[in-house]
Amino acid sequence: MAAELGLAAMWLAAALAALQLVAGAMAMNARADGTSELAPLVRPAAVLQGLLAAFAFLSLIYLFAVTDLSVKLVALNSHSAKPLIFKVAGAWGNHEGSMLLWVTVMSTAGALIALVERRLPEKTMQATLAAQGFVALGFYAFLLFSSNPFERLPTPALEGNGLNPLLQDIGLAFHPPTLYFGYVGLSVAFSFAVGALLTRQVTPDFARAMRPWILGAWIFLTVGITAGSYWAYYELGWGGWWFWDPVENASLMPWLAATALLHSASVLAARDALRTWTIMLGVVAFSMSMVGTFLVRSGILTSVHAFAVDPERGTFILALLAIYIGGALAVFAFRAGTVAEGERFSITSREGALVVNNVMLSAILAIVLVGTLYPLLTEAFDVRVSVGPPYFNPVSAIFFFPMVAVLLVGPLLRWRRDSLARIRPSLVIVGLLLLVGIMVALLLSPIGILPGLGLVFAPALAVASVLPLRGRSLRRLPLATWGMVVAHLGIAVALFGMASESAFSEERLVAVQVGQTAEVGPWKVRLDGIQPVAGPNWTALQGRMFASYQGGREIEIDPQSRSFWVPPQQTTESALVTRWNGQLYAVVGNEAGDGKWQLRLWWKPFVTFIWYGGLLIALGGLLALVGRVIADLKRRHAKGRVAQRRKEAKA
Amino acid sequence: MTSGLKPKHQRLVLVLLALVAIIGAGTLAAWALRNQASYFYVPKEMMANPPSPDRGVRLGGMVKAGSLKTDPDGVTIRFLVDDGEAEVPVKFSGIVPDLFVEGSGVVAEGHLGADGTFVADNLLAKHDENYVPRELQDMTEAQKRMAIEETN
Amino acid sequence: MNRWFILPLVLFLAFVGLAGYMLTKPKDEFVESRMIGKPLPEFALPAAAVDRPGLATRDFRDGKPRLLNIWASWCIPCAAEAPQLEMLRRQGADVVSVAIRDRPEDVAGFLAQYGNPYSRIGADNLSVVQLGIGSSGVPETFVIDGQGIIRYQHIGDIRPSDVPTLLEKLQEAAK
Repeated sequence: MAAELGLAAMWLAAALAALQLVAGAMAMNARADGTSELAPLVRPAAVLQGLLAAFAFLSLIYLFAVTDLSVKLVALNSHSAKPLIFKVAGAWGNHEGSMLLWVTVMSTAGALIALVERRLPEKTMQATLAAQGFVALGFYAFLLFSSNPFERLPTPALEGNGLNPLLQDIGLAFHPPTLYFGYVGLSVAFSFAVGALLTRQVTPDFARAMRPWILGAWIFLTVGITAGSYWAYYELGWGGWWFWDPVENASLMPWLAATALLHSASVLAARDALRTWTIMLGVVAFSMSMVGTFLVRSGILTSVHAFAVDPERGTFILALLAIYIGGALAVFAFRAGTVAEGERFSITSREGALVVNNVMLSAILAIVLVGTLYPLLTEAFDVRVSVGPPYFNPVSAIFFFPMVAVLLVGPLLRWRRDSLARIRPSLVIVGLLLLVGIMVALLLSPIGILPGLGLVFAPALAVASVLPLRGRSLRRLPLATWGMVVAHLGIAVALFGMASESAFSEERLVAVQVGQTAEVGPWKVRLDGIQPVAGPNWTALQGRMFASYQGGREIEIDPQSRSFWVPPQQTTESALVTRWNGQLYAVVGNEAGDGKWQLRLWWKPFVTFIWYGGLLIALGGLLALVGRVIADLKRRHAKGRVAQRRKEAKA
Repeated sequence: MTSGLKPKHQRLVLVLLALVAIIGAGTLAAWALRNQASYFYVPKEMMANPPSPDRGVRLGGMVKAGSLKTDPDGVTIRFLVDDGEAEVPVKFSGIVPDLFVEGSGVVAEGHLGADGTFVADNLLAKHDENYVPRELQDMTEAQKRMAIEETN
Repeated sequence: MNRWFILPLVLFLAFVGLAGYMLTKPKDEFVESRMIGKPLPEFALPAAAVDRPGLATRDFRDGKPRLLNIWASWCIPCAAEAPQLEMLRRQGADVVSVAIRDRPEDVAGFLAQYGNPYSRIGADNLSVVQLGIGSSGVPETFVIDGQGIIRYQHIGDIRPSDVPTLLEKLQEAAK
């Protein structure tokens, strides 16, 4: 029953999305004086659509929770003996369910803006909700016609097929939804941008309405990327934390665009400048989410991260991509010229610095995009290449470091017009720090240029990021400013981690007998024994080792090399010892003959700072989001009171 | 560059700045890709047209049966990669996947040393007996059969 | 300056064109048999196990569709697919097989350990049948109809999610 109800809810929601699109479009096209008769329907349609989609998704969760094996999706992906948490997570751990999750989050977001957003001119809102309905409609079509999650089996299965313990991983259960929330948040920003463009209402209010959604999306993307990076570091056993793999790039590109959008939207909100540019970024940010999804799901590029791929679904996503993004860009091409001129500003101003930030981020985005798509391009000419760190690292750094240099002073500048003379004391502090950094880096040489630059800039940036607090009352400082400070500090911390990891990592690859000791950096690692261990569907060789830091207390570590049977697969379970100043990373390999075993050991100073930095950035985003929302609520409350008083006065 | 600029000019400057940076990024990307993208070779191509030692490339083929040797240090292996027409010696230091065996398909990432030995930084081996590295699709039927005979 | 605004659209359309073109290119990593739709080649293989008869082309011409499994005791994915073959057998499929380049004692050991879903097992010590029907590795599973025509090829180990597909193909072959 639940499956039929869910399916019915999905059809109804699709119909409402269509209504939302038609009514919104008509309301927008109504003449300036008159209003369309359908206009009052748009907001209720959006709210109802959100509720129905949520209902459909909850039905799916229910079907998984009770393991209804007459439903194909459940029979294929679940099993009655699974722990409940993985049964529930199984609802979105597959293609159909994840698409339903996507459209549910999108419709719920649409319902939320329909309910609360009253700042914008009503026509712009109608256009925004129409765009939102249009995007949702495509995804409903996708679900209903090519990936129906509620399909029944002719005869119920006796037992489900999804008891693969390999997939029962809490990280795998929650990592993809995190990225999805980010993508969907960007779809709301996209709808706002299209709505504003269609009605030519690119105003600071538009930026303020859009900003919480960008911030929310950006926080989820930041957390998702940080977690994904740590997962790859820990799970792949290669000691690296970023591989510039297509799947990773697919999450990085929307993040870069969202970061740029975040900053340009704050210029638009505060100063009414950068209008067309913000619109453009709004479209680009969502395009990057869709391009990323397309690249990952279609299997058009090969990746180290396993992913269920299907060219047919790829075609569908590409079609959606072409309609939405192509349409939006076409509207942009014809309408952008008619958007009125924004405010002016001098280059030495907060806006000027943010423009540099935006241009540099867009350049990095272009570089990552070109590098990711290049193999696709050459393959069309039957030349097979792969593009890796030797391309991405130096080429993106060419734009990254100038951006960091501007970031050192940008937050100190005033809006509109400023002079460097005014902030001279701060400049001197930052300049001295840079000089000291350069001297230290030269003393420490030989280290590579990029890690060296990172080590020079990171401490200066850490100090510069807190300088905006100077001379201000910390208690009265807006939460959003704290958010900015924390996020920029997070960049410094992560940059330090990356630079330190690549400059000072030490690696040892040895074959040792049981009882022998290997050294790596300040660590001594003694191999105590190798024993076989077995799990539910794997067998493993486990190395028992004792590691001591500079001759201190011995810590036991047990890395494993696991072999799975179904599907046949080998994984490396690395063992980590975390100290405040770095991590020891140990991997056990194969037997090398004469009773020797291969060990691979890394000492990675301050590597954990990379992920601490990522979390700080996300925390900064969260502070800013909370600060903005509270300020918006206060403003609305105050407005309401003024209106009420006026009413009373009239009476 | 102060407020004395006309609005029109300021906008022009901004657009130019953005265009220069993005086009610069594109050009830089194209130039760097020509130099840094790592091309895929099969042994025959590598013998006919050896890449220079400072270029990262990938080499794909079958691990020739009977050619796998481990050095005395226990962590360096040497083997021949074969495509039925030519073979290239490969050296690799590291931990190989359990199921990397003679006769299996392999893609090695690394560079061709001056002595004609391919020094691999990374080995990608698929564990499925059926897997033929995508890059080997162009092998002829006869080569495939040969590879199969060797695998069996 | 207006015409600059069309640039993103142009770049985007170029991307869509490229991606669309690449999607249409076949992306098969497997070596597919050219024998689908053709009759099995003539062969008669001796038995590979003591308690099951061998396999010959004429065994397929009794009007009943069958699954032909190509396997070997030395192949790891073959062990992984054993439960799925058993599941297929229990759901009414007649599974016959060819063991490739195997020794009788290894075959016996494998069957004792992983179960024996096969009604016939032929020993193909020179991969003659394997190459003859266009199989490029082990394991592979073919659907053969009642006239001995090859109808469907499944490459690689049978995952649980492949079982319904194979049953469906068997039913189609019965028509």
